[in-house]
Amino acid sequence: MSGIKAKHQRLVLVLIALAALIAAALLAAWALRNQASYFYLPADLVARPPETGRAVRLGGMVQAGSLKTAPDGVTVHFVVGDGKARVPVTFTGIVPDLFKEGSGVVAEGRIAADGTFMADNLLAKHDEKYVPREMKDMTEAQAREAVKETS
Amino acid sequence: MIAELGLATLWLAAALALLQLIAGALALTARGTGFVGVVRPSAVVQGGLALLSFLALIMVFVQTDLSVKLVAANSPSAKPLMYKIAGAWANHEGSMLLWVTVMGLAGGFVALVEKRLPERTMLATLAGQAFVSLGFYAFLLFASNPFERLNPVPVEGQGLNPLLQDPGLAFHPPTLYLGYVGLSIAFSFAIGALVTREVGPAFARAMRPWVLGAWIFLTLGITAGSYWAYYELGWGGWWFWDPVENASLMPWLAATALLHSCSVLAARNALRAWTVMLGVVAFSMSMVGTFLVRSGILTSVHAFAVDPQRGTFILALLAIYIGGALTLFALRAGTVTEGERFAVTSRESARVANNVMLTGSLGIILLGTLYPLFTEAFGEKVSVGPPYFNPMTAIFVVPMLAVLAIGPLLRWRRDSFGRVRAILLIPAALLVICGVIAVVLAPGKVLPIIGLALAPALAVASILPLRGRDLRRVKLPVWGMVMAHFGVAVSLFGMASDSAFTTERLVAVRVGETTEVGPWQIRLARIEPVAGPNWTALEAVLEARYKGAAPVFTHPQSRTFWAPVQNTAESALLTRWNGQLYTVLGEQAAGDRWQLRLWWKPFVPMIWLGGVLIALGGLLALLGRVASDVKRLVARDKIAYRRERQGR
Repeated sequence: MSGIKAKHQRLVLVLIALAALIAAALLAAWALRNQASYFYLPADLVARPPETGRAVRLGGMVQAGSLKTAPDGVTVHFVVGDGKARVPVTFTGIVPDLFKEGSGVVAEGRIAADGTFMADNLLAKHDEKYVPREMKDMTEAQAREAVKETS
Repeated sequence: MIAELGLATLWLAAALALLQLIAGALALTARGTGFVGVVRPSAVVQGGLALLSFLALIMVFVQTDLSVKLVAANSPSAKPLMYKIAGAWANHEGSMLLWVTVMGLAGGFVALVEKRLPERTMLATLAGQAFVSLGFYAFLLFASNPFERLNPVPVEGQGLNPLLQDPGLAFHPPTLYLGYVGLSIAFSFAIGALVTREVGPAFARAMRPWVLGAWIFLTLGITAGSYWAYYELGWGGWWFWDPVENASLMPWLAATALLHSCSVLAARNALRAWTVMLGVVAFSMSMVGTFLVRSGILTSVHAFAVDPQRGTFILALLAIYIGGALTLFALRAGTVTEGERFAVTSRESARVANNVMLTGSLGIILLGTLYPLFTEAFGEKVSVGPPYFNPMTAIFVVPMLAVLAIGPLLRWRRDSFGRVRAILLIPAALLVICGVIAVVLAPGKVLPIIGLALAPALAVASILPLRGRDLRRVKLPVWGMVMAHFGVAVSLFGMASDSAFTTERLVAVRVGETTEVGPWQIRLARIEPVAGPNWTALEAVLEARYKGAAPVFTHPQSRTFWAPVQNTAESALLTRWNGQLYTVLGEQAAGDRWQLRLWWKPFVPMIWLGGVLIALGGLLALLGRVASDVKRLVARDKIAYRRERQGR
């Protein structure tokens, strides 16, 4: 293979790789902006709600007296609050062991048209060593107040 | 006593690592040739001492010496022996000790058996290994001492997280670490070769078995971890894109790319600088993963107690090692002469495409894993999950799988598609047929359809390299490649089938009532109490009939552990040739009913079967490489011996 052609080949390879890299990075940035699931406290969720159907997470305290099981035995309704606002949540599934009224929870799901938060997944305080990050910040700042107000 | 002994051996091992680094560095200089003899022995002894220290930690865990802080925090006295042993690495300090032990052993093993590298590169490699080890020794001794004593001595330990009290714990972390940390060898080889500027086929041939070894363990570790999460968490999923899962996947992607480029360097003396770069990247990804998980900077089920000091320490190590290696690379890459050329249609090009796609998906996963950190700096909390990772990685993985089908059929250097077009018609036809079937069976599910269409075609294409060959004369590494690629197809089929065809049922039933999931009828026969060594449980006895056939019994439990007091759902699996029935017992609901969560997952075990096949393929390749190396060494020794005799 001749020298010029060889150099040409290397250049083309580098250019293709570079173009692919830039395209991938742009695509990834776009996907991240659109697909990342944002974390909301009840007050934020009420003040500026996300578009319905978009995957978000909601963190707060399960309000005392709000936890009710539907007749089917596997759907629960409860209210998550942060002392400023309250959001009704519906979840179908087996709730985590440490999920109870008055304790913190992070619900993954989406907001429905009627303002109910439809949770696909609930994260409760898992054990002493593992706490969802958002909840930890919350227990320090807002949670204690929230508990005080609601109980 | 044993704890002090363990700590002392750890200090000694660290001192030997320092000696190994200094002697290695001096031996590379013109006047330091006297130090050459010191380097290999200190690497071996260092590995042995690290192992002793680790054994000492296991001993204190087995004895449940509660005066050791780590034991008190992680081990109650009433616990089965297996978990006492495994408890040694089920915590931050113990797992970091396992990390340096693996690093020390790997370095010692290289020093003992690696004879192919030029001596100077070998010295630089061992010095590099010692340099990296030193940082982790310092981290252990100054920020995470596993042997720290506790005063006063508590009466009872705090216990091991019940989720970890599972046989998976005995197998998964050590395997993963052997792979994760074994990649440090590739890193040190790359450093060694950059220092002495000896990058070439001999270097690649020497590095390849080590990368293969680490890669096999990494593959097994990820496969085992995925299966463990699948049955232990009770969520029915096998991959959650959790930061720590990504942390194990990223080094695997880099190592897989490295394996493929390493072969190009060994066979064709091309992709020289790139291969060295991948050697650096692979272990860097292991370290980044450790940082992400251990600093507590990201939410993860694997994050142990959060400690900002540790995070800063690991970040500093990262900066030194990755920054240093990349700087060295930048300085020396220019002097790594360009390799052999190859045509666009050639096996080399296929390997380049493979490497681009693997590193591309690595980049995507790295971005997604780090993105929450970026946004949090701006006060916005986000989490990135499957909606990002699944389609974005597919963009790279799907073309890579297409290349996987074609690449091995191409010749080195220069080839034409015309030559392989006819043979590729078989998988291509299969692709179309399976694609149509998949569209009919699972309409609208884009990624699963692509997977279901690709997998059978890939399975056929992966064995095509064997066509027209005398199978008795096919070399082991070729068998290894075929088996690993076949494993990719098997695993892909399991993943696609699980996403496309899984049926789920969530119900609350009374004892005696029957429910259905997929082709199964399931009757809750009774609920009974059972007791284990350190837990009690309620067990559901489920009578499961596949399409009305004779009943089989399956027993999901809801366990209560005593220390620490915690409930866990213990799922039960019923495996048939065509899938798995996955059952979880929930809580008691109103009206004497019990919550049951049931899944029928067609062909889901193929995911892990494929993983095992991939690892087995690696093992075959490794055996083949080692056997031919041994043969070559023996032949060389014979020739040398004969010459010596003739000379006299």
